[in-house]
Amino acid sequence: MSLIGTLARLEAVESGHAQPLATVRHRHLSDRPLVLVPLTTAGEAGAPLGALVGTDPERPRLLAVPQPRDRELRFGFLAELADAVLPYLEGYVSEVEPAEQSATDPETGKKVKVEVELCADAPQLIVPSRAGAEYVRLLGRSMRFRRTAEQDPETPFPAPPRVPLLGRWLTHYGERGRVPGSALLLTATELLGRHWATGQSSLEDQHLGALLAWVDAPAGETGAAAALRAELDRDDEGQLRCPPAGPATDPAFDNKLLAPAVERYDRARQLLAEAADGEAADRLLGELHGAEEAVRRLLLSQLRPTWDAVWRTVGLLRELAPGARVAERWTRDRWSFTGHRDRVAAGEPPQPRRDDAVTAARKLAARESAQAQLEAQEALDDPLVMAGRRLAGEAFAAQVVEVTMAWTESKRPSPRPLLTVRTDDTPHLAERVKVFRSLDGKPQSAEFVRYEEDGSAVLRLLDRMGRAREPAEGSVPEKGDLITWTLFEHEQRTGAGLPEPEDTPWTHGGPPRTDPESPDPVTPEDLL
Amino acid sequence: MSASPHGGPPQRPQTTLRQRLAALRGPAAPPHPLDARALAALAANPGCRRRALLDGAGIDKAALATALGAPSGYGQSQFAFMRGHAFEAKVKKDGGLELLRLLGVADPSGARVPDLAAPGPEGRTARTALALREATAAGEWTLLDHPLLALEVAGSPVFLEPDAVVVGPDGRWTVVEIKSFPMIDGSADAAKVGAAARQAAVYVLALERTAALTEGAEVAHSVLLVCPRDFSNQPTASVVDVRKQLSVTRRQLARTTRVEEIAAALPEGVTFDLAACSPDRLAEAVEAVPHAYAPECLSSCELAFHCRSRAREADAVEALGRSVRGELGGLTTVGAVLAAARGEAGDPADPAVAALRRAAALRAESLAAASGRTAGGGGMPLAEPTDGTGAQEADPTDGTGAPDTDPTDGTGVPGARQSGDGPPGASAPGRAAGPAAGPGEQPSVGAPRPEGKAGAECL
Repeated sequence: MSLIGTLARLEAVESGHAQPLATVRHRHLSDRPLVLVPLTTAGEAGAPLGALVGTDPERPRLLAVPQPRDRELRFGFLAELADAVLPYLEGYVSEVEPAEQSATDPETGKKVKVEVELCADAPQLIVPSRAGAEYVRLLGRSMRFRRTAEQDPETPFPAPPRVPLLGRWLTHYGERGRVPGSALLLTATELLGRHWATGQSSLEDQHLGALLAWVDAPAGETGAAAALRAELDRDDEGQLRCPPAGPATDPAFDNKLLAPAVERYDRARQLLAEAADGEAADRLLGELHGAEEAVRRLLLSQLRPTWDAVWRTVGLLRELAPGARVAERWTRDRWSFTGHRDRVAAGEPPQPRRDDAVTAARKLAARESAQAQLEAQEALDDPLVMAGRRLAGEAFAAQVVEVTMAWTESKRPSPRPLLTVRTDDTPHLAERVKVFRSLDGKPQSAEFVRYEEDGSAVLRLLDRMGRAREPAEGSVPEKGDLITWTLFEHEQRTGAGLPEPEDTPWTHGGPPRTDPESPDPVTPEDLL
Repeated sequence: MSASPHGGPPQRPQTTLRQRLAALRGPAAPPHPLDARALAALAANPGCRRRALLDGAGIDKAALATALGAPSGYGQSQFAFMRGHAFEAKVKKDGGLELLRLLGVADPSGARVPDLAAPGPEGRTARTALALREATAAGEWTLLDHPLLALEVAGSPVFLEPDAVVVGPDGRWTVVEIKSFPMIDGSADAAKVGAAARQAAVYVLALERTAALTEGAEVAHSVLLVCPRDFSNQPTASVVDVRKQLSVTRRQLARTTRVEEIAAALPEGVTFDLAACSPDRLAEAVEAVPHAYAPECLSSCELAFHCRSRAREADAVEALGRSVRGELGGLTTVGAVLAAARGEAGDPADPAVAALRRAAALRAESLAAASGRTAGGGGMPLAEPTDGTGAQEADPTDGTGAPDTDPTDGTGVPGARQSGDGPPGASAPGRAAGPAAGPGEQPSVGAPRPEGKAGAECL
């Protein structure tokens, strides 16, 4: 963290309340996000325990698995999850706007513009924490290779229809969530942590309840005290008053409350299976429903506080005005969503278990440039972020004290005005180092020429002044102007192209296999 | 009385250190056994004298934390516990056929599985050592299920129980670690693998002591990590190189001999006897041993909540993370850092102080500019908290010097220029970035050190 961020944390310690780390909102927030709060079973991979899901803060949908080790019940949960999530996702696929994309003409091999569809908006998933986002990936991985009875009548344990499709979507969202600055899959802790500094360590900030307490303390209490309460306070039965944001549950909850409830459910089910006559079966069925209802109530008690905390986070973030370049990043997210929509519609197989060499290299390159772009855009959008860059010598705010016109020495001279600027910042300038400023949202570049004796710097303006001999109106700063220059570029250049996956050289494993991956083998062991 | 009736080996020669540690623990309390996990955690924070002493003396830290009113909140879910046991049993069933197959043994059914049962921990360690010697001499694949190894830590023996050790025909001993977290598509959670590797390194270390006394034996520096594959209960395995963890653990454990020094430095009469002491006396005793709290402790030490509250009371910057400390130079408390940042204290020639002042100035300026933009010129409220009276104090010291010579010290200088009668042009550069600044002199409202009254006038 930069020194400015550290300072903000220290100020938060002193004041007892979180301090701003940003003056604008740096992530896109949908008007109608889908919040998903999952819970998982301790010690099992991909055995969900329950979830709250929905787009209405007042009316979450509770999904629960009364016996998480039962495959049938797990499938039932996943089918319900698909039922809750897929209609939301599909609500966005048909509303499109025309857009242009460059593509390679297969016959001529030339780059041409083609008209394509771009979804007008994209669905947004919000989970409580980083672990929750990882769980979305895990759920996606556990579902996308499943086969339904329709796909493969021979499959021994067919998954309910649409479960594999949900798996592909969750995989896509999980992958996209790893791209810096993307907003298809957001986590509440990262949203809060990006915009506020608390008086605790970033490790402790992983606890959504404590983090939120710092940012939004109840009236009459300091954030520090509220955070401590959220972290540690237990009731008379030893249960946390603010349950963890999941997906892992508190061991005390597992051992004292959940395990007996699951056991009761198991017993009721066994008795029902052994029921001798119809009357007894009716009674036992009632008991089974009662046991299931008890598990659901328990899970709701763990999920609801987190659900409310996520929505509170969304509310807090909505109070911040979005940064100017947030919408541009969201457009990239819309492209990502549209791309996956098209792959699903084209009947492509699910994402492979491991990326082939070219896809992996592309993903890495895309994430690297997204990271650089995010850093540049956040600084340009937000003076507080820019302050961090200025402190690091990567940007400087300067006042123009003199403008001297100059031209290139060519047949058609172009303007290359010299600006003398004064700054209190300490940028890492050296001869011919390029600096950039934002002119009507576009970067204008200049190069450093020299320092004058009084410490002011001379810059030579290089572009965006039009084609004429005289620079275009407003393209050259005037004396007295205050301008923030950056040493980093505002827009990212894309790196060297990569070959198509089919042309992967043998050094990198050769072309990827094209046959669809086989589903995970299902064994009796699957029933744990 | 120091020869504990439980667990501790009565036949071992008594050392004064052991007597001292037993006295610290209290006569009635059996030593809390250290396991590989605790040793690995100890190695993760070697600078913590408190943990070194409490662990060395075998004091039950969880009980101590509860007595101090800061219970650890550790616990294992019975679901995880059951799953872990079921999986281990499955891996080891049929004489470890599956396990040996994962190790790449061609004919696992011919492997020997010696019986290691013996009374008491000393008996079991002796039995394990014998089995290891026999297996090495026999030159056949041998699986040791739950052997017991002894390792001397800080003058007292610690008994360690790896999940399994496999002896190969070439005399190589391999530690097997069975974990119930999944390996999905060939990769597992890095943090969990790291923890498993650190734990396994402790076993390797313990095995090396025995191997040194065994002819033809060699301990493999990579361990076999067995996990469930994907979402099933089927085991899969991966060889994990633990050389790095091994050297770290070896070094840290060698350093725990300091326990003697730490114990010697304690004031007379200090004891951690849970049965006999009041919480206040215990707290006093714990205070007598310095801690090295860092937020990482929260996941590995039972006493972390207690140490954290002490670190917070002491205003220590480490409570915010180890990395925070690095950029603050010699400033160790929150108060000192903030005072330095506001120009109330600290030497402006100190680079850390200069950087802090610059950071504070930039931060206040940006926040003021932003709130000016959203609230229409109400820039001061946000800047106010950082704008103490100290700014005035700082201004003369910084301002009377040469205002233009020290551009790095941004805190005092601009304010001095601003409040003085210098040319207005000189005060403006560098203030307020972008369009937020507003017209005319507005930027100077946001200037970080305008002495409050200057800002009030502008408003």
